[in-house]
Amino acid sequence: MANFESGLYYSESHEYVRVEGEFGYIGISDYAQHALGNVVYVDMPEVDDEVTAGEEFGAVESVKAASDLIAPVSGTVVEVNEALEDEPELLNKDAFANWIIKVQLSDPAELDNLMDVEAYKAHCAE
Amino acid sequence: MEKKTCLYDRHVKLGAHMSPFGGFIMPIQYTNITDEHNAVRQHCGVFDVSHMGEVRITGPDAERYVQHIFTNDVAGAPVGQIYYGMMCYPNGGTVDDLLVYKMGENDFFLVINAANIDKDVAWMLEQKEGFDINLDHQSDYYGQLAVQGPEAEAVVEEVLGLPCKELKFYTAAPLQLPPWGESNSANPLPLGGGREGAPLIISRTGYTGEDGFEIYGSHDFTQKAWDKLIESDRCKPCGLGCRDTLRFEVGLPLYGDELSADISPIMAGLGIFVKLDKAEFIGKEALAEQKANGVAQKLVGIELADKAIPRHGYAVLTPEGEVIGEVTTGYHCLSVDKSVCMALVKTEYAKLGTELAVQIRKKVFPGTVVKKKFYDKHYKK
Repeated sequence: MANFESGLYYSESHEYVRVEGEFGYIGISDYAQHALGNVVYVDMPEVDDEVTAGEEFGAVESVKAASDLIAPVSGTVVEVNEALEDEPELLNKDAFANWIIKVQLSDPAELDNLMDVEAYKAHCAE
Repeated sequence: MEKKTCLYDRHVKLGAHMSPFGGFIMPIQYTNITDEHNAVRQHCGVFDVSHMGEVRITGPDAERYVQHIFTNDVAGAPVGQIYYGMMCYPNGGTVDDLLVYKMGENDFFLVINAANIDKDVAWMLEQKEGFDINLDHQSDYYGQLAVQGPEAEAVVEEVLGLPCKELKFYTAAPLQLPPWGESNSANPLPLGGGREGAPLIISRTGYTGEDGFEIYGSHDFTQKAWDKLIESDRCKPCGLGCRDTLRFEVGLPLYGDELSADISPIMAGLGIFVKLDKAEFIGKEALAEQKANGVAQKLVGIELADKAIPRHGYAVLTPEGEVIGEVTTGYHCLSVDKSVCMALVKTEYAKLGTELAVQIRKKVFPGTVVKKKFYDKHYKK
């Protein structure tokens, strides 16, 4: 069964944001990695790219298919998780420890549009 | 609504991820594609391929008719021989690719793709005028299992008790039911089939690049055989997900990707299965012309430098950015750890070693034209 981590903000398309000060760490939920199966490639943006809430910023690929990554919040990419370039399967091992990008939040008010863990659990159960 | 195979309930019970394919609701994976793929490469896997279609052609003109609709040459074949080839339209486009089993003199068993069953049967019926044949569509009668992998022979012999050691690659034999396969339920033999009353057909064939067998029988038999295989724990249930990665790696085409009404066998590099020295068959003139004068587009393999994965439909570009083709199938190849694809490109870019690129979402990834076989087949011939 999927794990759910509290204290994070979740989107309907199964990305999460862990907020630390003015920065947000964006990744995919454990529920999402379960649904995807073995992750074999992560297509990530580059540092200094802008991401926009609700828009695609990359993709996670399983053997069978590519799934778009949708930014839950807007901001500027300040770091990408380079470990995923060589070991994309880290997302299967621990999706919450292995964030995909770190962004400087441009509009923290956007976090209000996201779900807390209880609401997200209910969303996954639908 | 999609059809179910006779093993549907068993797939659901095993927790398979089910998805529509070729008009059927089929298992894509039970655990994950990588494990199932590796089981077939290293040990043994069993696939439910009951969605495949079967047509039996018998009668005085059966051989002449098969020669008319099929690109390969079955003339004078020994009984038990199997041929791979295509049915083509007069313009050379592909109706379907199929296996033709010679079960007896003027007795042929044709195995066609699930997605094309209705189209193929209609096509075959249209072509039968002037031939004294009986065309018996048996798809609803037969279930089919594919037992594939280096341990397949031992599994079929020891778990199912079916004799298969002596079968040569691409040959078939009719079989009687083993003691465990006998049924009390009414189980009528298909018309035209079972010449010696044999209810089973076994062949040394497959779609994985490994040694293996395909076994055709009634639904009742197929269910019992599946249960024995799964309970034996000597072969892993495998879904269509890894069937696709396995066939792709060894360069086998899939109708709808590498072959279609617009993609002839010559364009797909399958000319070896088109016997232009045969007196006559549908599409011969067009295919001979393509072979003599060349085709505008050709199927190639492309290996990418990066790990990004080219998928069906993605654009293939020159290094300068001109679109010159399209990906037909692509994966991060599981057996050789490389991102590779098959693609249909303009012929002038089809030479081995040509530098090309594939557009993957917003980015363009450089690649090189390579052979379509990304991993070597391990057939037992």
